[in-house]
Amino acid sequence: MMNYFPDEVLEHVFDFVTSHRDRNAVSLVCKLWYRVDRFSRQRVFIGNCYAISPERLIARFPGVKALTLKGKPHFADFNLVPQDWGGYVQPWIEALARSRIGLEELRLKRMVVSDESLDVLSRSFTNFKSLVLVSCEGFTTDGLAAIAANCRFLRELDLQENEIEEKKNHWLGCFPDSCMSLVSLNFACLKEINLAALERLVARNPNLRSLKLNRAVPLEVLQRILMRAPQLVDLGTGSFVLDHDSDDSETYRKLRATILKCRSIRHLSGFLEVAPRCLPAIYPICLYLTYLNLSYAAGIHGSELIKLIRHCGKLQRLWILDCIGDKGLEVVASTCKDLQELRVFPSDPFGAGHDAVTETGLVAISSGCPKLNSLLYFCQQMTNAALIAVAKNCPNFIRFRLCILDPTKPDPVTMQPLDEGFGAIVQSSKRLRRLSLSGLLTDRVFLYIGMYAEQLEMLSIAFAGESDKGMLYVLNGCKKLRKLEIRDSPFGDSALLRDVGKYETMRSLWMSSCEVTLGGCKTLAEKMPRLNVEIINENDQMEFVHEDSQKVEKMYLYRTLVGPRKDAPEFVWTLE
Amino acid sequence: MSPENRNYLPESDVIGLNLKETELTLGLPGETRVTTDTGVKLGTKRGFSETINLNLGRSNVKCHDKVCDDESENDVLGGATKSLTEKAQLVGWPPVRASRKNVMKSGKFIKVAVDGAPYLRKVDLEMYNSYQQLLSALEDMFSCLTIRTYLNPCFYFLFLHHNYRISMLSMYNFVCNFDIGNYLSEKKLMDPANGVEYVATYEDRDGDWMLVGDVPWKMFVESCKRVRLMKSSEAIGLAPRTPQKCSNTA
Repeated sequence: MMNYFPDEVLEHVFDFVTSHRDRNAVSLVCKLWYRVDRFSRQRVFIGNCYAISPERLIARFPGVKALTLKGKPHFADFNLVPQDWGGYVQPWIEALARSRIGLEELRLKRMVVSDESLDVLSRSFTNFKSLVLVSCEGFTTDGLAAIAANCRFLRELDLQENEIEEKKNHWLGCFPDSCMSLVSLNFACLKEINLAALERLVARNPNLRSLKLNRAVPLEVLQRILMRAPQLVDLGTGSFVLDHDSDDSETYRKLRATILKCRSIRHLSGFLEVAPRCLPAIYPICLYLTYLNLSYAAGIHGSELIKLIRHCGKLQRLWILDCIGDKGLEVVASTCKDLQELRVFPSDPFGAGHDAVTETGLVAISSGCPKLNSLLYFCQQMTNAALIAVAKNCPNFIRFRLCILDPTKPDPVTMQPLDEGFGAIVQSSKRLRRLSLSGLLTDRVFLYIGMYAEQLEMLSIAFAGESDKGMLYVLNGCKKLRKLEIRDSPFGDSALLRDVGKYETMRSLWMSSCEVTLGGCKTLAEKMPRLNVEIINENDQMEFVHEDSQKVEKMYLYRTLVGPRKDAPEFVWTLE
Repeated sequence: MSPENRNYLPESDVIGLNLKETELTLGLPGETRVTTDTGVKLGTKRGFSETINLNLGRSNVKCHDKVCDDESENDVLGGATKSLTEKAQLVGWPPVRASRKNVMKSGKFIKVAVDGAPYLRKVDLEMYNSYQQLLSALEDMFSCLTIRTYLNPCFYFLFLHHNYRISMLSMYNFVCNFDIGNYLSEKKLMDPANGVEYVATYEDRDGDWMLVGDVPWKMFVESCKRVRLMKSSEAIGLAPRTPQKCSNTA
């Protein structure tokens, strides 16, 4: 019946299908739908930049306007992937430019971006509107200057946790006076900024909704910026301290008065440097906040955090440091009844853990916040009883990531592994998509995961399991698994090779410090030509003994349609 | 050890203290100790820090070079300097991004000013586990100073005896009249060249100037913004009472 509709109608209907997975499904229905989707698709998501080539992307989706690309494996965030591994955006930008694609939005994660790439980007796409870089590296503020100077209709420049070399230029001043279209600007990961240029920029961009400053922006400047931009919805403060000058009380008073005018702020972050006595200035806006991120605010004590949290009754997402303590989490539980996402980061990963959180805090949260669906929790210890209670209180987890700072610590009360606790979580949260495990764990936890985690897409394993059975339970049971990353666990060739076809249904598999051997990886690579099986060998090439029985230190494999990559460095060996 | 009894040791405990056990020497741990006729031990001329091993009312835990356990937090004469390499460190664990690790490991650098010195210095408070270690470090930095502690009067008075000719008898009288309880946590630095005494003070987060040593070490590290070694003569109202000068009966 849909075949009798002209293509334009189909297109219009497909416009309402926004999730890229749904669009992918739409394209598989029939040739007609494939064709209509193909020419009308504007947003494309590529989870592994080496799975496909830019040429093939352009050939299939000539109308692409918004592209998301991801490069390095997730464990690169934790220094497990050496420098120069890969993930270069340059070939993508060059290809898109050559083909005169009307690119408007580019979102990159864990990729290597050069100043030249940014320069080409800024000059090649006249309607370019939005650049979001997350955990990227390889560029300097010169590249940012090019973006600022050349992208006439830039709406969004969002730099999250990138490694950027800062030159003496004032890149912010490169935004022309005619640039008045900015809606979102985030430079929190930089160390310096030109304050005068910043104030001028804010003054002439009345549509600014999201602004995240860096630690070079002092309180006085923040106050002036807020005067200019009371319409902000999303604010990241810079430095939130006052030195001991005589003007201080005046600045503070002005800040308080200005903040009262900022009635639209719903997301608050920053506090990269903070003097706790300045915090009361933000109490008036706490009431309306739905997202609060204090995870970089090392200077705030547990007791002060608690005072602050008591004002935040409408919070839905909270990112905080573990110095809030179990007591603080109890306050969160009683105050933030709408809480959906909680992230508790460690403040002292190598310390004795005086100010930290335990299972007590988590149980309190689960008890007070039944809407909780996303958790990242760094803690000193966890018990099975607590996890079972949490599972019962919160059956809606989509993401559950637990990190016990001592990675093989058992339940301190019973001295048992945490298999039962995690088993309870996967059994109760039927919509669980992402899971990270820690603590002492046997094969049993993987049995539970294979049995119950039907929607699981991403699993992170560290220092867990006893035998190949563990890994097999997961590979056999989790039908929707896309990403599996394993470190320091006793899984070997037998598990790796049992079901080689499985890996084509997944995006990628990472295994480091496990029991897989070179021979096992070679066998896999031979059997599966549409997988790239990469061995990362950081030792001197000459010393690397090519013995099949040798254990492989780091293996990363991923499905691909374009064969071994040509930009692999010397220490990456793609098996064939 | 709870904060309440940290600053005060009841009389009975003082009598029970084995002064020999707690005696300070200038030698390194393990060096042979030479005793003089007066029964006082001598050693090579070095700082106090390496030899301090005093436990007040707790089990005898020696911690020369090992990393001290949590209990040493309040022990002002704690053990070895914290060393990250001594703790097990796994690559990539805990799994936090570099930007977060930087926030955590930034160290706590504070300025140290000494009245009369031409320039200031900076120290990283996170490098130390106790007040004693900090003062030793300051002693090294401002090499004209030595730590003077009332905790072991024996050595101190030996020092005075050698340098200032105060008689042993008058010092013995002094020890008998000495109220050791009030000075357990007292730390002063002194410039032996001119006899000028300094009191260690610090500015806390609220901007108030406090005497170093009152609060547990970790609390101090968190709240300290800068340190000033103030001349005792100026520290009116802030410095503790100096002990009564005993009459010289020599």
